Amino acid sequence: MRFLVDVAALAVAVVVQTGAGRLTWNGFAAVDLVLVVVVYIALTGGPVAGLLAGTAGGLVQDALSSGILGMGGLAKTVVGFLAGRFGTQFIVTSTVPRLLTFAAATAAHAVLFMGAYTLLGLRDFPNALTMIAVQAVGNGVLGVIGFQLAERLPRTLERRRATRGVGGRR
Amino acid sequence: MGLVSVQVTTGAGVTIFHAVVFGAFSEVQRGAAWATGGVRDAWSGYFDLRDVRGENARLRDQLNALQVQFQAERARAERADTYRSLLQLRERVPLETTGAEVIAAGASPEFRTVTVDKGSSDGVAANMAVVAPDGVVGRVTQPAARAALVQLIIDSNAAAGAVVERTRVQGIVVGTGDGTLRMDFAPATGDVVSGDVVVTSGIDGLYPEGFVIGTVTRVSRGDGLYHEIAIRPAVDFSRLEDVLVVLQRHRPPLEGAK
Repeated sequence: MRFLVDVAALAVAVVVQTGAGRLTWNGFAAVDLVLVVVVYIALTGGPVAGLLAGTAGGLVQDALSSGILGMGGLAKTVVGFLAGRFGTQFIVTSTVPRLLTFAAATAAHAVLFMGAYTLLGLRDFPNALTMIAVQAVGNGVLGVIGFQLAERLPRTLERRRATRGVGGRR
Repeated sequence: MGLVSVQVTTGAGVTIFHAVVFGAFSEVQRGAAWATGGVRDAWSGYFDLRDVRGENARLRDQLNALQVQFQAERARAERADTYRSLLQLRERVPLETTGAEVIAAGASPEFRTVTVDKGSSDGVAANMAVVAPDGVVGRVTQPAARAALVQLIIDSNAAAGAVVERTRVQGIVVGTGDGTLRMDFAPATGDVVSGDVVVTSGIDGLYPEGFVIGTVTRVSRGDGLYHEIAIRPAVDFSRLEDVLVVLQRHRPPLEGAK
């Protein structure tokens, strides 16, 4: 069940990213939804889940963009694994640590992804620092909101169901 | 004594008894009339209010529906304008083209790409130029059967041979990744000023000659032999909806001469 939910979340993230990909801040793409979902899966499911989610999400993103197949996959695999390890070693349950985790994961992903492209001489990334900063903030905020929603939504639904049940019995 | 006094008439010819009873009763009647009138008014007002409320709700619904309809009509009108511009562009451009709709943005934020709804089954192939009424959009990088991935000219890996329209100073326009463009290799001796329009030179073999790329926003003397030129793209990529794919692969002038 958990596996199916993760796959569905990744699929939704890819679809929404292609729709919201034009969301920019000063010309820079503001969020990487797939990365946010990969880090979320890694923090809640552990390093293996993060690694697998990173591989799948990164490969799909590579296939849908004009980059080399596997570059994004590799970067997200490593980030997913590291985020999973981080989640098992440290308590990442409040807002600030989560925000920092998402931001750090974004920075690590950018270093791996852009670094690989630059080292191979395949692509230039002018204004890379600004791009990373914008995405770190965007992903961090989105990740924290996502966590809040994922934690509160089931509780709210359960409470509503319980209230209805009591009302029905009356 | 009482009976006698009751019989006494007033100056108006009415007995005191009548006058007192009638006077008192008329006040009661007035009060009753006022009370019933108030209740009746309140009752009818309540019903009127209910009607008004209902009517308000109906009117609000109608207004919402009309607003939605208006939006739809406006969107349709804008769409028609876009089609008209595309049609005009198609007539103006002496090249074989096909209209395509942008159906998705790029999946990876590091790449500036869009997906269009025309693919190899419509004759679209890799490295075909994609243009819009405002100017150059990009080039096809991955054609599938019914869709194609287009690398936008603002992608940091995109480039196009360019020329300043006013002075014919040549250079190469490249994307910077932040939504703007830069013109490289424009000789420092060349006359380029802010506001100059930059168009495709056709020398790259990708883009046909003469399509608007953008407008020069800043020119500064670089370290070496070349100007540092910043360009604002002519196309608003955040609102890109319909494009034309140039179905002929363009040949650079020299190759054409051969």
